Amino acid sequence: MPETNKKVLILSVNDEDKDIVFRPADTLLGVLRGKLGLTGAKPGCLNGDCGACTVLVDGIPMKSCIMLAIEAEGHKVTTIEGLINTKTQASFIKHFAFQCGYCTPGFIMVCHSLAEKQPHADKAVIKEWMQSNICRCTSYQEIEEAVASILAEE
Amino acid sequence: MNIIGKSVIRKEAPDKVTGKARYTDDFSSAGIYHARLVTSPFAHALIKSIDTREAEKVSGVRAILTGEGLPLTGEEITDRPPLAQGKVRHHGEAVCLVVAEKLDKAALAASLIKVDYEPLSAVNSPSQAYQAGAPLVHEHVEHYKRGQNVYPEPGTNIAHKTKIRKGDLSRGIGESAVFVEGRYSFGPSDHAAIETRSCTAEIRADGDVLITSSSQAPFMIKKLIGSYFDIEAGKIIVKTPLVGGAYGGKASVQWEFLAFIASRAVGGKRVKLRYMREEDILTAPCHIGLDATIRLGCTSEGILKSAEILYLFDGGAYADKSPDLCRAGAVDCTGPYHIEHIWCDSYCLYTNHPYPAPFRGFAHSEVLFAFERTMDLLAKKLGMDPLELRFKNAILPGHTTPTQVLVNKSNVGDVRGCIQRLKDIMEEEWEPNAGHDPRKVRAAGIACVWKNSTIDTNASSGVILTFNPDGSVNLMSGVVEIGTGTKTILAQMLAEKLRLPVEMIHVKMTVDTQTTPEHWKTVASRGTLMGGRAVMAAAEDAIRQIKEIASCALRVREEDLDIDSGRVFVKAEPEIGLSFKEVVYGYTYPNGNAIGGQIIGRGSYILRNMTNIDKETGAGRPGPEWAVGAQAVQVEFDTRDCTYRILKAISVVDIGRVLNERAARGQVMGAMSMGLSFAGRETFYFDEMGRVLNFQLRTYRPIRYGEQPKYVVEFVNTPHVEAPFGARGAGEHGLLGMPAALANALSIAAGVEMIHLPLIPELIWRTLQEGKR
Amino acid sequence: MIPVDFDYYKPESIEEAARLHEQLDRQKMLPLYYSGGTEIITLLRLDLIQTKAVIDIKAIHECREHILGEDYLVLGSSLTLTQIEERNAFPLLTSVSKEIADHTARNKITLGGNICGEIFYREAVLPLLLTDSLFVIGGPQGVKILPAHEAFQQTMQLGRGEFLIQTLTRKDFLGMPYMSVKIRQQWETGYPLVTIAALKAKGEIRAAFSGLCSFPFRSKRMEDELNRKDGTLDVRMDRALRHIPAPVLNDIEGSAEYRLFVLKNTLTDILTVWEVEQNA
Repeated sequence: MPETNKKVLILSVNDEDKDIVFRPADTLLGVLRGKLGLTGAKPGCLNGDCGACTVLVDGIPMKSCIMLAIEAEGHKVTTIEGLINTKTQASFIKHFAFQCGYCTPGFIMVCHSLAEKQPHADKAVIKEWMQSNICRCTSYQEIEEAVASILAEE
Repeated sequence: MNIIGKSVIRKEAPDKVTGKARYTDDFSSAGIYHARLVTSPFAHALIKSIDTREAEKVSGVRAILTGEGLPLTGEEITDRPPLAQGKVRHHGEAVCLVVAEKLDKAALAASLIKVDYEPLSAVNSPSQAYQAGAPLVHEHVEHYKRGQNVYPEPGTNIAHKTKIRKGDLSRGIGESAVFVEGRYSFGPSDHAAIETRSCTAEIRADGDVLITSSSQAPFMIKKLIGSYFDIEAGKIIVKTPLVGGAYGGKASVQWEFLAFIASRAVGGKRVKLRYMREEDILTAPCHIGLDATIRLGCTSEGILKSAEILYLFDGGAYADKSPDLCRAGAVDCTGPYHIEHIWCDSYCLYTNHPYPAPFRGFAHSEVLFAFERTMDLLAKKLGMDPLELRFKNAILPGHTTPTQVLVNKSNVGDVRGCIQRLKDIMEEEWEPNAGHDPRKVRAAGIACVWKNSTIDTNASSGVILTFNPDGSVNLMSGVVEIGTGTKTILAQMLAEKLRLPVEMIHVKMTVDTQTTPEHWKTVASRGTLMGGRAVMAAAEDAIRQIKEIASCALRVREEDLDIDSGRVFVKAEPEIGLSFKEVVYGYTYPNGNAIGGQIIGRGSYILRNMTNIDKETGAGRPGPEWAVGAQAVQVEFDTRDCTYRILKAISVVDIGRVLNERAARGQVMGAMSMGLSFAGRETFYFDEMGRVLNFQLRTYRPIRYGEQPKYVVEFVNTPHVEAPFGARGAGEHGLLGMPAALANALSIAAGVEMIHLPLIPELIWRTLQEGKR
Repeated sequence: MIPVDFDYYKPESIEEAARLHEQLDRQKMLPLYYSGGTEIITLLRLDLIQTKAVIDIKAIHECREHILGEDYLVLGSSLTLTQIEERNAFPLLTSVSKEIADHTARNKITLGGNICGEIFYREAVLPLLLTDSLFVIGGPQGVKILPAHEAFQQTMQLGRGEFLIQTLTRKDFLGMPYMSVKIRQQWETGYPLVTIAALKAKGEIRAAFSGLCSFPFRSKRMEDELNRKDGTLDVRMDRALRHIPAPVLNDIEGSAEYRLFVLKNTLTDILTVWEVEQNA
C-alpha cells in the first residue's frame, strides 16, 4: 500500500509541542516510543489489560496502547519522562515498590495522578485506581505502602 | 564496614522510576527491520501447504521464512525446529516469520499468509500421553540428538524418566502402620512477565553475530546459536539490558533463534522481534503442569517410613528444559523430611501443549503441592497436628536426602527452626474470629519446603573489577539484572570486602558476553552464591595488587598493610598510608617514576563436587545446598458460595545470612504473591483439541493490587558455610509452599480434599458436589 | 500496533457523521463509528475486524451531553464511564460501571462503546434497561428515539449508518432503591460469571443480567415470577430461573451449572435484603 496515509500531527508531550508524521492507525504508545523515543511507557499487552503503557492525558491516566495518537491532539500528554523529582517516584524507591521496574512507570503515573486528583483518597479508591495495573514481581504490599505514604502526607 | 544486611537501595532505582531504565525493546535504530510471526491455530496438525504469495506483495517485505532447512534445537533433546517443519505440535507454535522494513507491514504480511492444516487428535494431558496407544507427539524420538543424561523411550511419549531408589520400599511399607494415598493434577500456566520476550539480531560484515535479548541466559544463547548454526562461539556477542521480569521464563532460548534467522535472511541487517502478549503466552515456553500420585506410609507414631511417588510432568510439545525439570522434581521428590525408603518415578511426557521453561522454584512448588497435601492427609488420618507431623519428620544433620546426600549443618537449613518459628507467628497472627457471619469459617494451612538447584555440574561464574582514578570500583558480572537486585547485593559484598562505601561501587547493569565474564545462567537463586564467590575472589585479587604496589611505595611488607575507607595503610601506624587514588592507577614517585598500572581484579567460581545422578537409583550430588522454609496461609471461606479471601500468608525461610533485608523480604513476598496467584487462579484452559482458550491478560489473570493478603516474612539464619557471608538463595522459596498451604487451608475450611489447581471457587463447589454424590 | 491503515474522521454534528458514514459506506470503506475506541483498537490489532475509515463521534456536542434536566438525565454516548461515575447522577449506573474493566480503562471506555461493543457483557446497558430509558439514535434518516427494550435486544439494534447519540433516563428512577453485584471466577478482577443489576420500582423488583447468557438482558417474565406474592423466596426464584431466555453460558469463566448456582445465591442475597427491609 502506498504511504499516502501519513499525516502530520502536533502533540503536546511533557510540555513540549512535537510535530509528528504518523498514520491515523498509530496508537499513542506507538508514537511515544517509536517517533519520540519516549520509551518509559512500556508495551505489555497492547490490549488495555496490564497498564504498563499508562500515561496522563490532561492529568488523567490513560492506557496509551488503546488510544490513537490522533485522539491526543489538543490535549496535554505527560509520560514518566515528564515527572521530575516527584513524591511518588521517591516513595516508590523508599518502599522497594518495584523490582524489575517494567510495570513501574505505569504504576507511578496512576499513583501520581491519584495523588494530584484525590489527595485524600480512601483505601477503596486507591484500590480502584491501582487495580488497573499488573505488577508481577512485588507482592503489592510494597506498592500499597508507597501509595499510602504519599497520600498520608497530604 | 557494615554494609551486609543493610537495605541498600538498588543501584538502578533512579532509572527505574524515571523511565530511563532501558529494556531490550527500548533500543532502536534508524533503518531497523522488524519481524513478525505466523503461529499455529492448532495444537496438533499436519501442515499441508503454506501460501505466501499475497504476503510477498506487501510493500517493504524483505523476507518470508518457513521451517524448511533449519536445524533442530532444544537443550536436553534437539527435537524442535525454530519454525515448524511439516507438522505443528502445539497451539501458538511458530510457523512462518516475516521480515519487513516496518512493523505494521510485517504484521500485515503475516496476516496474509495462508497455511493449510490437517488437524490431528491432540495429546491433552501427561496422563493421556503416558497411556499405551496414545497418539505420538514425536514419531521418532530416537532420531534426535540428546544430552547424555536424558533417556527418551522410542515409540512412546516419554521424553525422559528419572528414577529415585533410596532404601527398600517394601521394607518401608513393612515398617509402616498407617498409609495414605493422594492423586493430584494441574495444567500448564504462564510466567506472564510484563515485558514480553524480545530480541534484536544483526550479522556484521565480518560475520560477528550481535544479539540483544530479554534473557536470563545470554551465555547460553551464545553457546546454542554457535552450535546449532555452526558459528564459532567467539563470533557471537550477546547483550542483555535490564530484563522486565523473568521468573525462569527467559532462561530458555527460543526467540533469539528466530531473530537470528530473520537477520540472516536479510543479509545481516539489524532485525527486531518482539513477541506480542498472545505469542508470549502461547509460543514462548510456559510453566509446567503435573499429574502426581503419592503413597506415604508411617508408623503409628507418625514417623515416615515409605514414600512411593509417581510424577507425570507435562513436558509439552518439545523437551527443551522439561527433562531437567522432571529430574529436579525427582531429586527433591519429598518435602524436607527424613524418609529411609523412597521410590519415585518421575516422567517427562510429550503432549500437545505449549512446552515448559523453568519457572521460579524449578519443579519444586509443583511436587510440593502434591507431597505437602499428602502430608496433611496423613496428619488427618493420624489425628496429629500437621505442624507436629512435619516437625517430627524434619530432615536433620546425619540424615540423607532422596538422592542419598548426607546432610550436615551447612548443606541443609534448619527445618525444625522454621517450623518452630512459624508456629509462634501463627499464634501471634491468628485471628480465628470470622465475625458474626455464620457462613464464614477461617482456617490455616501449612507447608514445609526445600529446594536445591540442580544446575549443570560445571556451571561457573566470573567477575572482573576495574578501578577508576577516583578510587572507586567498577563491578562486572555476568549475572543479569532481572529484578532480583542481585547486582546491588554483589556491590554490597564488594563494598564490605573492600571496606568502601557502597556508593564507590559502580555496577555494570548490562551484560555483554564479549566483555562481561560468564555467569552460567541467572537462574536457581544462585547469583549470590556463585556471583558472590567470584566477587570475593576478585576483591582478594584486587586487594593483593593494591598491597603489592603500596608495599613498594611505602617500603613495607605486604602483610603489614591493611585497607579501609579507600586507604591502604600500615596496620601498626595507620597514619602511614596511601589513598586508593594514589595506588589503583599505579603509584607515581615524586621524580616521575611509576609502578603498577590500573588495577584489574579477577575472580571466578565453579561449584565443587557436583555429580550427575545415577540412572538407576538417582544417587548423586546434584546441587550445593538446600534452603528450607515453613509457610502458612490463612483463609476466610464462605461455606455457601465457596468463595474465599486469603487473609494472611506467612513465610519463615532459612536464607542463612540476610544480605539486604528489604530486598530479601521483597524477593520472598513477591514469590509468595506469584505462588498464591498460581495456586488461586492461574492456568491455561484447553479445549478438547488442545488449544489454549485464554491467551491474553484479560483472561489469563495474574493477581492484582488489593487481592493480596497481609504478608508476614521472617528469616532463620543458618549459614551456608561455602557461600559469601553464609547467605542462601532467596529468590524462589517464598513461592514453593504457597500452592500446598493454600490447598491445605481450603481443604480444612471446606471439609473436602482439594487435589487440583487453581483453587477457584467453582472447583471447590464442584469437589463438594462430587463428595455429596 | 495496528497493521492496517484507516482514515480518521471527527465530525462535529450528527448530520455530518451520518453523511460521512453513508459516503464512506458507498466507497466500500467499511466505516466504523468510534467512541472510546478501546475495543476497535484491540480487534484491529488482531485482524478480527476490518475497516478503512473510523468516524470519531466524540466531537459531536450531543454525544458529550451530561445533563440532569427537569425530567430526564441525559447521558451522551461518548461520556466516559469515569465521567458518569464521578458525576454520579445515576447511582445504579455508577455502581455497575465501577465494576467494568478497570479504572484507567474506564477513563477511555465510553457509555456508548460499552453498550454497542462486540464483547458481549455490555454491562452498562443493564441500568438503562431497568429504568425504561430512552435511546436517542442518529443516522441517515435523522434522529429517532426508542425505548431501551426496543433499541437494545441482546445487542444494539442499529440500522446501517446509525449510532447511539445519548440515553435519556427519567429522573424519578434515579433515586429508587437499587443493588448491583458482579461475581467473578475468582476474587475481584475479571469478566463476570454473572452481573446482576436490580431496581425496586414502586414495590416491584426489576432485575437485569449480564454474563449469564451470551447477551445482557432484562426479563419481564423473570421479574413477574420474582414479584409473585405466593411461594417462598426459593420457590419464586426457581420459577424465575425457568425463564432465562437463552442457554446459560458454559465457558472458561465458569460452567453453566456453576453460573446458575452463583446466580441463585446472589439473587437470594439481593431479594433477602429487600424483603427484610420491607418487613421491618
